[in-house]
Amino acid sequence: MKKALLDLQSLEKTYVSGELETQVLKQVSFQIEKGEFVAIMGPSGSGKSTLMHILGLLERASAGHYYFAGRDVSLLNDEELAHLRNQEIGFVFQAFNLLARTSVLDNVKLPLIYSQNKKKMDERATKVLKSVGLGHRLDYYTNQISGGEKQRVAIARALVNNPAVIFADEPTGNLDSKSGTQVMKILQDLNADGKTIILVTHETFTAEHAQRIIRVHDGQIVSDDKVKKRRIAEEGELLK
Amino acid sequence: MLGIIIGVGAVILIMSLGAGAQSLILGQLDSFGSDLIGILPGQSDEKGPPASVFGVKVTTLKLSDANALREEKNMPHAVSVAAYYDTSVILSWQDINYSADLNGIAGDYLAVDGGEIKAGRFFTQDELDSSLRLVVLGSRVAQELFGDNNPIGQRIKVKNKSVTVIGVMAERGQVGFSNYDDLVLSPLAFVQKEIAGVDYLSAIRIKIDDPRNIDESMLMAEQVLRERHDIDKIGDEDFSVRSFRDALNLVTTITDALRYFLAAMAALSLLVGGIGIMNIMLVSVTERTREIGLRKSLGATNNQVLNQFLFEAIALTLIGGVIGLLFGVLFAYLIALVVQSLGYNWDFSVSLSSVLIAIGLSIMIGVIFGYYPAKRASRLSPIEALRYE
Repeated sequence: MKKALLDLQSLEKTYVSGELETQVLKQVSFQIEKGEFVAIMGPSGSGKSTLMHILGLLERASAGHYYFAGRDVSLLNDEELAHLRNQEIGFVFQAFNLLARTSVLDNVKLPLIYSQNKKKMDERATKVLKSVGLGHRLDYYTNQISGGEKQRVAIARALVNNPAVIFADEPTGNLDSKSGTQVMKILQDLNADGKTIILVTHETFTAEHAQRIIRVHDGQIVSDDKVKKRRIAEEGELLK
Repeated sequence: MLGIIIGVGAVILIMSLGAGAQSLILGQLDSFGSDLIGILPGQSDEKGPPASVFGVKVTTLKLSDANALREEKNMPHAVSVAAYYDTSVILSWQDINYSADLNGIAGDYLAVDGGEIKAGRFFTQDELDSSLRLVVLGSRVAQELFGDNNPIGQRIKVKNKSVTVIGVMAERGQVGFSNYDDLVLSPLAFVQKEIAGVDYLSAIRIKIDDPRNIDESMLMAEQVLRERHDIDKIGDEDFSVRSFRDALNLVTTITDALRYFLAAMAALSLLVGGIGIMNIMLVSVTERTREIGLRKSLGATNNQVLNQFLFEAIALTLIGGVIGLLFGVLFAYLIALVVQSLGYNWDFSVSLSSVLIAIGLSIMIGVIFGYYPAKRASRLSPIEALRYE
C-alpha cells in the first residue's frame, strides 16, 4: 500500500489551562495524498485551526499518531520540525504576516535564509515572485502594496523552498473578491502542477474550489466528501 | 544605549587621564633625581614611608653623618652630598608677611638639588659653612615680598632676626613633592641654632655618579651610618636610606591602583547601561512576537531566533561602545590640550588595551544582558506567537 503524504490516526489535542482541560480535537483520522487539494471547513471554535497547526508541524498533538511523509512527527525534535517546516511546508496566513519595512524580495528570501541551500537566493526569490505576477514589485516595501499583492507575496514566500504542501489559512479572508479570486486561481494552478494544497476556511464558496472537503465540528470530523461540482477561479466569477 | 555610551566613555576617559596624570607626576620625579639617594631620620620598613614623613620629630641624623658620607673611602660613588634642615617660617619685609619653607642647607646643594640663580648670587662654600644671616629666595617668595622692587641687599625679618637677601633662584615650579619657588635657603648652622634651636637634620641627599651604582651605594650608606650610630642588628636602624626610584615605584603603584579603581567605578555604569539594553530587548521581543512566530513557522530553529536577538543586542551595545569610545577619546584629548596649554608635561595616550577592554566590555554586556530576552524569544511557541495581537 502506498503511504499517504499526511496520515492522521486517532489524533487528539487537549489544552490544559490551570485545572481546566479543554479537548479541542477528538479521535481525528484521515489521510491526504500527494497532489490533493483539500479544504478543511468548520465554524470558528471547531478546532480547524488547531488541526491545521498540527498538520503544519507548528504544534504537537496530545495523543494519537501523525505521520508526515511517512515519518512519525512525535519522534522528531524541535529542530527537525523546524527543518521540515522550512523545506516541506509553506504557509499562507489570513493576515499575510509579512515583515514591515522590508522589501518584497527580502520577505520572500526569508525561508531561504533559514534553509541549508543558500545559493542564488535573489534569483530563486525573483523567479517565484514573477510566477505570481509580482516581478515589478521586487523592491517595494510590503506596506506600499495592496492586500491582494501582499497575499501573493505570501504565496511566493510559501513556494520559494519548493515545499511538498501548502497550508492556506483563510487566505481570502482579508481580501476583496477580485483579489480573492486571483489568490484562489494561483492555488488551483499550483495544484494543477501537482502541489498538495490544504485550505482552511469557514466559507463554503471558497471551500468548493478544492477537490475534497473535510468538515470539522466540535473537534470531530463530521464529513469527508469529494466536491461534486468544483468551482474554477476566474475573472468575473460570482463571489458571495 | 546612553548608559553604554557614558560607561565606555568614562572608562576610556579615566584610563587616559590616569595615564596622563601619571606621566605628569613621573616626569617631574624623574626630571628630579633618578641618581639620588635620600636619607631620612627614623626607621621604616621596606615599603612604607619613614616616620618623619608623618611629622614625628626624630633627632638621630646629624651633620657629622653627612660629612662621613662625603668621605670617598666610605662612599666611592658619591659625587656630592647635601644636608638639610626644614622648617616653616613667616618672613616679613616692611609690612608684608609671607609664609615659606626655610631650608637650612650644607654641602653641595646646587649639585644635588639643581636650580639656577636668577638675580644676585648663591652662597659661597665659606658662607654655607658659617652661620651668617644670609638668604637666597625662591622666585615666588621674592615676588610676593618685594613685587617689582629689587630684593638683592634688602634685609628681611625671620623670627625677629634680620637677614640679608643675596640672591633669587630662577623659577622651577613644582618638582616631585616640593615647590622650589616657595623655598628660602640659608646656611644650615644659622637655621639650626638661631631659628630652630636644634642640632639635627631632616634629610641628607647624595648624588651618585651612575644610577647603576645606586643599590650598592645605598648599602654602603647604611653600613656607614650603622657603624656611626652603634647599631649592630640590621633592622634596628634609626634612619632610612631611600632612592628616588623607590619613590617613583611607590607613586606608580598608588596611581595605578587609583586608576583601576576609578575605571572599575566607571564600569559600574556599564552595568546600569546593560540593564537598559535588556529592557529595550525585552520590549522588542514583545513587540515582535508575531514576527518571531512567523520566522519559526518559516523554519527558523530556536537557535536561529536566539542568535538573531543576541546579535541585535550585541550590535546595540557595540554601537554604544564605539560612540562612547569616540567621546572618551575626544574628551581625554581636549583635557590633555588644556593641561598642556597650562605648561604641564601631560601625555595624551589612549592605550590599545583600554580600547580593547572597552570594546570587549560592550560585547560582553550585549551577550550577558541580551541573552535573557533572546532566550525568551527563542522559546516562544510559534502558534502562541502567531496568535499574539
